[in-house]
Amino acid sequence: MSNGQNERREMSGAEIVVQALIDNGVKHLFGYPGGAVLPIYDELFQQDEIEHILVRHEQGAGHAAEGYARSTGKAGVMLVTSGPGATNAVTALQDALMDSIPLVCLTGQVPTTLIGSDAFQECDTVGITRPCTKHNWLVKDPNDLAATIHEAFHVATTGRPGPVVVDIPKDVQFAKGTYVPPQIAPRMSYQPKVQGDLEKIKAAVALMASAKKPILYTGGGVVNAGPEASHLLRELVDLTGFPITSTLMGLGAYPASGRNWLGMLGMHGSYEANMAMHDCDVMVCIGARFDDRITGRLDAFAPNSKKIHVDIDASSINKNVRVDLGIIGDCGLVLEDMVRLWRATTKADKKALYPWWEQIARWRARDSFAYKQNPDVIMPQYAIQRLYELTKDRDTYITTEVGQHQMWAAQLYGFEKPNRWMTSGGLGTMGYGLPAALGVQIAHRDALVVDIAGDASVQMTMQEMSAAVQYEAPIKIFILNNQYMGMVRQWQQLLHGNRLSHSYTEAMPDFVKLAEAYGGHGIRCDKPDDLDDAINEMISVKKPVLFDCRVANLANCFPMIPSGKAHNEMLLPDEATDEAVANAIDAKGRELV
Amino acid sequence: MNPHLQPTGSAYFIAKETQVPERHTLSVLVDNEPGVLARVIGLFSGRGYNIESLTVSETEHEKHLSRITIVTSGTSHVLEQIKHQLERIVPVHGVVDLTVRAGELGQERPLERELALVKVAGTGDNRVEALRLADAFRASVIDANTEHFIFEITGKGSKVDQFIAIMRPLGLVEICRTGVAAMNRGPESM
Repeated sequence: MSNGQNERREMSGAEIVVQALIDNGVKHLFGYPGGAVLPIYDELFQQDEIEHILVRHEQGAGHAAEGYARSTGKAGVMLVTSGPGATNAVTALQDALMDSIPLVCLTGQVPTTLIGSDAFQECDTVGITRPCTKHNWLVKDPNDLAATIHEAFHVATTGRPGPVVVDIPKDVQFAKGTYVPPQIAPRMSYQPKVQGDLEKIKAAVALMASAKKPILYTGGGVVNAGPEASHLLRELVDLTGFPITSTLMGLGAYPASGRNWLGMLGMHGSYEANMAMHDCDVMVCIGARFDDRITGRLDAFAPNSKKIHVDIDASSINKNVRVDLGIIGDCGLVLEDMVRLWRATTKADKKALYPWWEQIARWRARDSFAYKQNPDVIMPQYAIQRLYELTKDRDTYITTEVGQHQMWAAQLYGFEKPNRWMTSGGLGTMGYGLPAALGVQIAHRDALVVDIAGDASVQMTMQEMSAAVQYEAPIKIFILNNQYMGMVRQWQQLLHGNRLSHSYTEAMPDFVKLAEAYGGHGIRCDKPDDLDDAINEMISVKKPVLFDCRVANLANCFPMIPSGKAHNEMLLPDEATDEAVANAIDAKGRELV
Repeated sequence: MNPHLQPTGSAYFIAKETQVPERHTLSVLVDNEPGVLARVIGLFSGRGYNIESLTVSETEHEKHLSRITIVTSGTSHVLEQIKHQLERIVPVHGVVDLTVRAGELGQERPLERELALVKVAGTGDNRVEALRLADAFRASVIDANTEHFIFEITGKGSKVDQFIAIMRPLGLVEICRTGVAAMNRGPESM
């Protein structure tokens, strides 16, 4: 089926769907069949250009498509049925919305004549998904179907990327309509601004050149802007000599081994990154959005700084933090201008930054990610460090679930490249990592894909082990098993008098047997001395692996900016005694959460 | 830890709002397609913005364009957010804060008009008085029999408010208001 013969051809709605996917470059589709999408599944059966990955739950399809998208830079595509198929996809859609992941979700719908009649497996899909998508469509005419799907890909992948839903009633899938190939006819109302205002960029460069205590604070927008943006960011750091920190979503855009790297910032970020943010005089925020986990207490956020904010979304600028210079545009294009203007206009005097770097070195010396090693019990931080050491020289992709393990992974696993780190940042979706790893592995068949998981999160989407086995996707699920919802417990210790209400899992499955039941490979390790061998075994097994890594049960994640405090009020690991933890937030604070 | 710093509370830091909310009128030009009003209203309810009045109708049939007029209130910061959030909606062509634009044009405020239908039932003196006052307000009678009038009144919201208030003791039984339609003075378009 070449493009040439598809010029304005008569087809069934279902054929149009498959042809439109092919013409938009789709190679893999994550989905789950059901009554309202059977005609599309029938078409999928009769072609071999698109590989369909059968998940075990629609949420899994969504996260797998997100992982696929995040690791490739292309749109992730999912196909689900009406009613429960669509509602199960909602968590993944909101997750993709908050983390700006391009996701195209096709949903079946009951026939148009039954819409509104409370038909079997009917739900108001466009109504339910309106607030959790960038845009959505209900297609009632097969002649609109091709153009709508093309537009859906355009909207999902351009501007600030995000999820879209195309809801297709079953009668539209059967009916004949005219197929039109993708063409550039963007709708007048949707024209994302990608080129930054040159005058403002000039002003930004001038402000940066005058800085004595500058900092670059970058985020997922740099990763979304493509590999070239990360390259330009590295160039800008080299040119300016500025220290750089990143949000959770932006890890890898600047290499963790880079000299100017301060580590992640925010609630569980490094001491040096947060202190430098607090004390800086010029902050350059590129593709990040001043999330509340980043800023801490807003009225004490970087109080003596001039702030520059580069973002493709105008509504991100001045939303949480008022900035002095807002530049609307694609991070890659703005970085290109910045680098060019800096070269042309600025004679870099990196010596001027020496006092600032000396100060940063003093903060670094606090070694805020330090932890007490234990010869008998695996410390969770140690497990991440060993995993890093044993996988860093391979073609490795890391996904995570949500919780303490996620923060330890962000702190201690060094990312050298963008698109290697898939995590649920904005929505904080427990259960993201395992299906995301599946999606990554489908896109990168020969790579090593590891889901750094927690014992609680991983049970939320464990069923996708079955999909991984079916598609011979040898994902490695590295579970830091402490039998608690660790982050919940940590907050209960901080805020609720150590009353550990329902955060302990008394009946934990045997993960080794579970892996075997799925047809995967199970490994258990509870001794620090055995850890390296066990990790190497995990890497060498050519099957999906559940690695039950038994770690210290009560370890907590530090450093931490306690509730409602400022960057310079971090709770550091060596100060985090039981008493300090118990008193970190007072009674008045507890009421406010 | 710096024990001298008082903990302020929550993981979600809630800053005290010190700015005074202002009332602004926004014009939003949108593609007239299914669900577009739901997108706009959903944005306001989802993000906790206020809607004091909302008017919508197709204004350019051939281009399938509708114009939505929204009266909202918020601090200048919130109003800026509302504008940018509206602009993010895919079928939105443009958003003009008419109140801000009026200021830029050196005018006090945008032109705003509202239409109301007001039904007054009664007999005797009240009926005579209602008709006399309606005349003073330049409200016209669009339906009547011996026991009621329906008045049509057009004007600023405050004029309509006032008219309704004085009709209340005279047998007011039903009110329907359109909400505000607004544009800026002068030759320029939005």
